[in-house]
Amino acid sequence: MNWTLALPEITLSILAMAILLFGVLRRGESFSVCSMLTLGALLIGAVLVIGQARGFAFNGQYVVDPFAVFAKLLILAGAALALVSAQDYNREEGLARFEYPVLMLLAVVGMLAMVSANNFMSLYLALELQSLALYVLAAFARDELRSAEAGLKYFVLGALASGLLLYGISLVYGFSGTFDFAALAHLLSDPSHASAGLIVGMVFVIAGLAFKISAVPFHMWTPDVYEGAPTPVTAFLGTAPKVAAIVLLLRVMFVPFGHLTSQWTQIFEFVSIASMILGSLAAIGQTSIKRLMAYSSIGHMGYALIGLTVGTVDGLRGVLIYMVTYVFMSAGTFACLIAMRRRGRALEKISDLAGLARTDGGMALALAIFMFSMAGIPPLSGFFGKLYVFLAAVRAGYWTLAIIGVLTSVVGAYYYLRVIKVMYFDDPAPAFDRRPVGLSFVLGVGAVVTTFFFVFPAPIVGAAQAAAAALFG
Amino acid sequence: MFYAVAIFAPLIGALVSGLFGRAIGDRAAQAVSILCMLVAAACGVTAFFAVGFGNAPTETLDLGAWVQAGSFHVSWALRSDPLSTTMVGMVTFVSTLIHIYSIGYMGHEPEGTRYRFFSYLSAFTFAMLMLVTADNLLQLFFGWEGVGLMSYLLIGYWYDRPSACRAAIKAFIVNRIADLFFAVGVALVFLTFGSIEFPVIFGSVARHAGDVYHLFGTTFPVLEVIGFLLFIGAMGKSAQIGLHVWLPDAMEGPTPVSALIHAATMVTAGVFLMARMSPVMAYAPTALAFVTFIGGTTALFAATIGCAQTDIKRVIAYSTCSQLGYMFLAAGVGAYQASVFHLFTHAFFKALLFLSAGSVIHAMSDEQDMRRMGGLWRLIPVTYTVMWVGSLALAGVFPFSGYYSKDAILEAAYAAPGFIATYGWICGVLAAFLTAFYSWRLLIMTFHGKPRMDHHTLEHVHESPPVMTLPLVVLAIGALVAGYALHDVMLGPDWSAYWRGAIVNGPDNHIMTAMEHVPTWVSLTPSVVGLLGIATAYVCYMFAPGIPVWFATRLRPVYLFALNKWYFDELYDFLFVRPAMRLARVLWQVGDATIIDGMPNGAAALAAEGARGAVRIQTGSIATYAFVMLIGVVVLVGVFLLFR
Repeated sequence: MNWTLALPEITLSILAMAILLFGVLRRGESFSVCSMLTLGALLIGAVLVIGQARGFAFNGQYVVDPFAVFAKLLILAGAALALVSAQDYNREEGLARFEYPVLMLLAVVGMLAMVSANNFMSLYLALELQSLALYVLAAFARDELRSAEAGLKYFVLGALASGLLLYGISLVYGFSGTFDFAALAHLLSDPSHASAGLIVGMVFVIAGLAFKISAVPFHMWTPDVYEGAPTPVTAFLGTAPKVAAIVLLLRVMFVPFGHLTSQWTQIFEFVSIASMILGSLAAIGQTSIKRLMAYSSIGHMGYALIGLTVGTVDGLRGVLIYMVTYVFMSAGTFACLIAMRRRGRALEKISDLAGLARTDGGMALALAIFMFSMAGIPPLSGFFGKLYVFLAAVRAGYWTLAIIGVLTSVVGAYYYLRVIKVMYFDDPAPAFDRRPVGLSFVLGVGAVVTTFFFVFPAPIVGAAQAAAAALFG
Repeated sequence: MFYAVAIFAPLIGALVSGLFGRAIGDRAAQAVSILCMLVAAACGVTAFFAVGFGNAPTETLDLGAWVQAGSFHVSWALRSDPLSTTMVGMVTFVSTLIHIYSIGYMGHEPEGTRYRFFSYLSAFTFAMLMLVTADNLLQLFFGWEGVGLMSYLLIGYWYDRPSACRAAIKAFIVNRIADLFFAVGVALVFLTFGSIEFPVIFGSVARHAGDVYHLFGTTFPVLEVIGFLLFIGAMGKSAQIGLHVWLPDAMEGPTPVSALIHAATMVTAGVFLMARMSPVMAYAPTALAFVTFIGGTTALFAATIGCAQTDIKRVIAYSTCSQLGYMFLAAGVGAYQASVFHLFTHAFFKALLFLSAGSVIHAMSDEQDMRRMGGLWRLIPVTYTVMWVGSLALAGVFPFSGYYSKDAILEAAYAAPGFIATYGWICGVLAAFLTAFYSWRLLIMTFHGKPRMDHHTLEHVHESPPVMTLPLVVLAIGALVAGYALHDVMLGPDWSAYWRGAIVNGPDNHIMTAMEHVPTWVSLTPSVVGLLGIATAYVCYMFAPGIPVWFATRLRPVYLFALNKWYFDELYDFLFVRPAMRLARVLWQVGDATIIDGMPNGAAALAAEGARGAVRIQTGSIATYAFVMLIGVVVLVGVFLLFR
């Protein structure tokens, strides 16, 4: 019983309660203070994660390995960026309530626990902690119809997904008699134990988790929730939870079901291809940039899943690198979206960006960098993300995936480049309101990481390599 | 060291004036490029004297590896044997004078555009210098393409004139056709010798004399094939018959450009190539016979056209064509020294003629038609005088430089054995007569008789400024003395001491001795026919103007044939241009617009259709979404159950 291993989660939980109490007891505006405290908590969490010893805790329900550490740091970074972006927007929109950072912090605790889950029970608890916090966040602008609708949709469909997940877990338990990942892996090393019931259970688990990363065909909620939720919440939804969910999916597929690779690759091949195609096609007709980003994220999950489908260390490393590049370019893009305000009103049409290059050259350049990167244009980070997964696919002989990935990238480039065209070549619309410092910071961080990734890829690629290798044990 | 400065100073001038010309202004750009050219000329002429007369070592300056691919090694290098230094001295010297002349000539161009002209001129010079100092065929090809590119840019300098653009494209395309053969030749050299470095090629050429080349079941001596390919490349650059069509049209560029193309750079590249490759050509007698034939034919053919042209620059352009024919005639019979000697003297008097013509055009407010000139000699005496000098040199009158070089060529052609050489000699003698005739026709039509221009133009006629006349005078001195001063050195008894093996005449080629021992009447013939030509021109255009008119009406077909340049343009238009256009139209309308555009357009339509479909299921209803999810689970389970 080595509970100190879970120190980051425990500390963050306690801090979340403390900040909550502080917010309740303090009179007057407490959003900023609580946000600052939450940022501090995230920082403490990061320090604790770095200092975490490796090993198992809580009777093997909880695991710390390089893979988890890699993902946790990325989650904390994504959450911090999303929280910084939210500051001024929430004040302008009347969302500056102290529950916001607390909910985010609780969601983060859930994500960290997800990443470390080594048992279907802890997996489910962590997942629900994260999800419940996110449902509330999506409906945070409770006076606004769209936000409330988004929260409701997210909640109802999320509940359905949880149902599928639970059903799957119960099937797996019923046919194997264990929740524990390691025990399952041991059991399934003998192919005769891979009964049809257990496999069907696995498919249900996959369905439940695929919902969280909004992979086709469990993606339907994404555009509506992305569009309806307040933009900073969307920024959060689009980054850290995606990392947590995909990392959890990787662990589930490679640890307990690692011996069933031949069973699930086809499923992921289908899901990956469908996500890439839908993500690139459906985004073409969008006029709202938030919906565009929703479809774009579906497409990106499709690319990341290529690495999972391949099922090799290379592929796994590809997914992790992909997620790193994705988090930073997403955070930056959403910072741009949050900055789209004119005379105090938030805007979200692509046409509102018209002529941005002339009214705010810096933001136009940053957004152009993110768009080029998402389209996979070298030497930006998005190119390397795609490169590593395609490379893994080609090495493992998954030509179909690589070819479809490249083709859909071409289609995707169309709508990314359209944003750039609107910013640089259309007649300027009136200028946006002045950009708050917090957003400029997130923009800057995203742009720098995205642009200069190619200069120092070695530490990230090395860490991803180590993390991937750890999962393969 | 000097030598490298001579080569790279023009590059620096070109870069500075080209890249920063807009920032530093035209005057500064001019100053920089001319300064660089002056330095280059000083160093280049020094190198010429040091190597040619001072017995400086003929070394190769290695500037570093360029291409390293398998067994293929090529370095940037500057070769400084007498052949290269002769060319470097001549090119830098003449080019510098042309640069200086351009200050005056381009003075009327709008402010803020002239830097471009000077940048191109310097880059042109640099490309030519790279060509002549190359120590391998690839660097030579680099310079070869460089002059091609720069000539394109300079001929099309006035890019808002459609005729200039057409001429520039024509020059480029015709050169590209020839360059293709040259490039294939280079590849064949590599296949044969395993290297394209000159020392390796020249060192092992004797061993490959018997090699054969198989192509489609036929067998050729490989050195003959190489000789033919390289010569066809040279034909394009040096505007020999068949590939000469670009040269007269190149008159569309500003006159200093014409001078540069015709005198110092570009067209002489082909002749230089023959001299440089003389060790290889010595083993390709059939190719050499072909060179002789083409050279002799071009000399005569271009001269006949020159007699009928009325544009002052075109007459001189055809005379260049004709003189290049002489040079190839000499190269063909193995007298490369005579060929390069004529190239050298020709550079002076041809630059002189062109720049004088430019001066005339400048005085005439951009009028180029000799039929609207006349009576100018009192008004622009300096131009008139130097034009005389240039014409005397061109016609080969003693003691002007053309006399020495042209006589040497004709003597060599006479002395060389074989029917083709004799044919070349006959062509050369006839061309000498015509050359003198059209030169004086030009002089008389331009400077004598009654003024035929309108009084408005006449009032504006003025002598060019000193910045233009000074280069003319310098070139006139060159045209006067270059032949006399250098004949003994380059072709005299001690020629081998000057050339020091830079040109190889082949083991059984004794032309250099034989040409000294031709009968007296042969030596006198060129001078006699030249004087005859001058006399004929005087009779026809000064004293009895009825003769040319009578000639033109009674022998109309012959006149039209010459006037229309032997109908080469029309022939090519019919044979190549029109079919190519028709093919292009088919490929455009069917191949491109229908098939190639159809594919991406179809794909785009498909994507748009898919996008509409994908969005349509996004209804906003939770029930639909939940339904899709459940369908998804069913599909996934189905996938697993079906394919497990």
